[in-house]
Amino acid sequence: MKSSSRRNSWIIAGPVIALLVWAVIYPNAAVVAGSFENGLGHWREFWASPADHEALITSLVISVASVFASLAIGVPLAFLLGRFEFPGRRLLRAVATLPAALPPLVGVIAFLFLYGESGLVTRAIQRAFGMSEAPWQLRGVGAIVFVHAYTMYVYVFLFVSAGLERFDSSLDEAASGLGANTWQRLRRVTIPLLMPAVAGSALLVFMNALGSFSAPYVFGGGLRVLSTQILNSKTNGAMGLAYVETTVLALSAVAGLALFRWLDRKRKYTLASKGGRARRAIRSRKVQVLTTVGAAIIVIALVLPHLMVILVSFARDGSWTTQVLPPEYTFENYRRLFSEAELWRPITNSVSMALIATGANLVVCFLAAYLIVFRKFGGRRFLELLVALPWAIPATAIALGLAATFNRNDPLTGRVLLVGTFWILPLAYFIRDTPLVSSAVESSLRQMDASLEDAARGLGASWLMTMRRVIIPAARPGLVAGGLLAAVAAVGEFVASVVLYTHANRPISMEILAQLRALAFGTAAAYSVLLILLVLLMTLAARSFEERLA
Amino acid sequence: MTAAPQARPGGESGALALEGITRRFGDFTAVDNVSFQVGPGELLALVGASGSGKTTTLRIAAGYETPDSGRVTLGGADLTRVPPERRGFGMVFQHYALFPHMSVENNVAFGLEARGVNKVDRLIKARAALANVGLEGAGDRPIQSLSGGEQQRVALARALVIEPKALLLDEPLSNLDPNLRETMRDDLRRMLRRVGVPALFVTHDQEDAFAIADRIALLKRGRVLQCGTPEELYHSPASREVAGFIGRGVVVPAIDKGATAEVTIGGVKRELPVTRAKDAPPKIENAFVVMRPNSIEMSKGAGVFPWRGKVVNRRFAGGVEVYRVELGEGITVDVESQTADVHEGDNVSVAPLKRAFPLVAG
Repeated sequence: MKSSSRRNSWIIAGPVIALLVWAVIYPNAAVVAGSFENGLGHWREFWASPADHEALITSLVISVASVFASLAIGVPLAFLLGRFEFPGRRLLRAVATLPAALPPLVGVIAFLFLYGESGLVTRAIQRAFGMSEAPWQLRGVGAIVFVHAYTMYVYVFLFVSAGLERFDSSLDEAASGLGANTWQRLRRVTIPLLMPAVAGSALLVFMNALGSFSAPYVFGGGLRVLSTQILNSKTNGAMGLAYVETTVLALSAVAGLALFRWLDRKRKYTLASKGGRARRAIRSRKVQVLTTVGAAIIVIALVLPHLMVILVSFARDGSWTTQVLPPEYTFENYRRLFSEAELWRPITNSVSMALIATGANLVVCFLAAYLIVFRKFGGRRFLELLVALPWAIPATAIALGLAATFNRNDPLTGRVLLVGTFWILPLAYFIRDTPLVSSAVESSLRQMDASLEDAARGLGASWLMTMRRVIIPAARPGLVAGGLLAAVAAVGEFVASVVLYTHANRPISMEILAQLRALAFGTAAAYSVLLILLVLLMTLAARSFEERLA
Repeated sequence: MTAAPQARPGGESGALALEGITRRFGDFTAVDNVSFQVGPGELLALVGASGSGKTTTLRIAAGYETPDSGRVTLGGADLTRVPPERRGFGMVFQHYALFPHMSVENNVAFGLEARGVNKVDRLIKARAALANVGLEGAGDRPIQSLSGGEQQRVALARALVIEPKALLLDEPLSNLDPNLRETMRDDLRRMLRRVGVPALFVTHDQEDAFAIADRIALLKRGRVLQCGTPEELYHSPASREVAGFIGRGVVVPAIDKGATAEVTIGGVKRELPVTRAKDAPPKIENAFVVMRPNSIEMSKGAGVFPWRGKVVNRRFAGGVEVYRVELGEGITVDVESQTADVHEGDNVSVAPLKRAFPLVAG
């Protein structure tokens, strides 16, 4: 009985593990091996290069600064919305996660339209104060951290809000009963207990900022970071150096991950979820007014990028030069997207590649999650590592690995020519989204009583029937949620695409960049709006699908 | 044993008093004009079913809730608007509320830390307090490694080490298994007694209250039904409701005749000696006597005792059998008996034992 179930496990686990080793481990191993292709030569080149030093340090500085900036916004906002009641709270809560709905490149160009040298806010301030030059330049580390803070504080906000919701209010009461004042309670009880949430979200911000590509690419202004440096080296044909840079970037990410794990090592408790305490109304009239005004300003700041992209999408290309607002408006941008085949192409590309990648994710990640949750076999730990690994590797590194590995047909070494074909991007999207979908399905399956599978088999159901009638229905919420997140990420993907795309399979993000370079702001914005609508459409589809089945 | 770090018996604190406390949540009145007093060294139990307002009353005493009207005083000083952190009370929470990220001794030392006691002194005191509750040497352990009974002791040590002016305990025994509960009752009573400050504790379990408390305040729908010693509540309940809750009595209609009451069942009249609550009126209209399982005797067959009935249910209650006997006219009593040869459906006869029966108004 036992051995037969173990053999059965391997029948499914074998192909799944083989596929993931081929797609995840192999390319990254190829990159590391490639960095040593002439001994330590490429590594010496890296250490001798001032540009690479600058890139490494700048990457780390940006990542750490992004963590602190996101904490500075996310933590107070979570406390404000979680602990206090004030006019405007519900509106602020509704828009607080809005930045997460912006595809990465779209957020960046929205900031360009708003705060760039010829942006709306910049020009408005310049006019208002009669300055001869723009009051600031959206350039360099500051600009990148600014954009990161806007898009990434959402992680901190969501984690800390969830922590506050689970916070057992009797702990706070116990502390005050023992004589601790507000500050002592915050310092000794509330903050230590929220540390796991803070640390978890800080890690997410760190990893995202380290791998971030779009902000440095657009706002860098000659500034070097590792991810852009990798693309530079590749474009210049210095593949050996690109391999070293990729290895260093991946190692930085893994080191960051290990550091956070180590800092969080002592925690053995979990917060009991007994429901937090009720929100307190702000009593002082003055503070109430201040809070509401502050909330209104935050709401505007959060909504403005979306509004700006929509506005610019109606601006006639080339008409917006030195004015505060675009002077001429037209439907022409949208009409051209839908009528010109060359402009329509990126949209069908992105949608079909996202669908292929997500479909593959659903099948492979479901099987992997099923094996991880329900089966005990020798390769289980390794499989867990395989599905989590792409999360720890920056997308630029994943993309370069694929470029280095699947650049020729060589059946003996398992290489297939994918570079330059349509299929390289769906493969990249599939790898990037594997951790997301797997963990979503895993958490759904973990809520299922493991004895249900035995019960179904005991009642005479075949393995297939058990899958169809018991396991898949249990996994469904995770499949829907994970599939949605994967599809949303894939349809707007930029970082891996910029390394791997060709003109024929260029996705929407690459076309936005191309239009931006051609100073066709209106067309770029129209693509962005379309991307936001696609994301919205997929979210609604997933929700209605889930409701119909539930 | 080291010197107890707590306040000496009869220490500086005076009596804890709640005067006319009312607290509403929207339309719901959780606490309705509640008043009582707990003297130094006295143990008062707030007893009631869930939703009776006992926990809200405790939270008002602790300062976590502010009453809509009424006052909380200690030794005559008004504390009604003083926040919990400045009351100096010790509180033990129902689920203990131990800080999961701190060791046992840091939990116990927390109140001293909040008072600015230096690290060495507070650890010495915390260890002594742990020794006092029988947990010497457990200071380094993480909270998660403690059993329920140990957690309860840590929570108690944490409340005692700050030398509280009053002690408040929310269902201190409800999370313990039955065996542990028995021994903790004695321990708790001993430790609370030694501290010598007013102690107020909430429980839904009357046996806990009987075993620990000097006095009991019985609450229902936010009101105090009766406040007195366990014996008073048992032998001289103030009302039908008190009699029904305390000691599981059954009430039977009676006619008040002063020192006695006349009870008629199935046409057979009996005159029983009665006791009544201190403040009961000399003559109770619409009176009832309270019959408890141990105040009635029973015999098999119809002819032995005056009142006839039929056994509808029988259960073994450890050492005795408890029979439920239907006497007709809607009266059903429980009878404790050693005899085991009576079965469900048998005809029996019962009689009141020669003792005083509580008399209450309906």
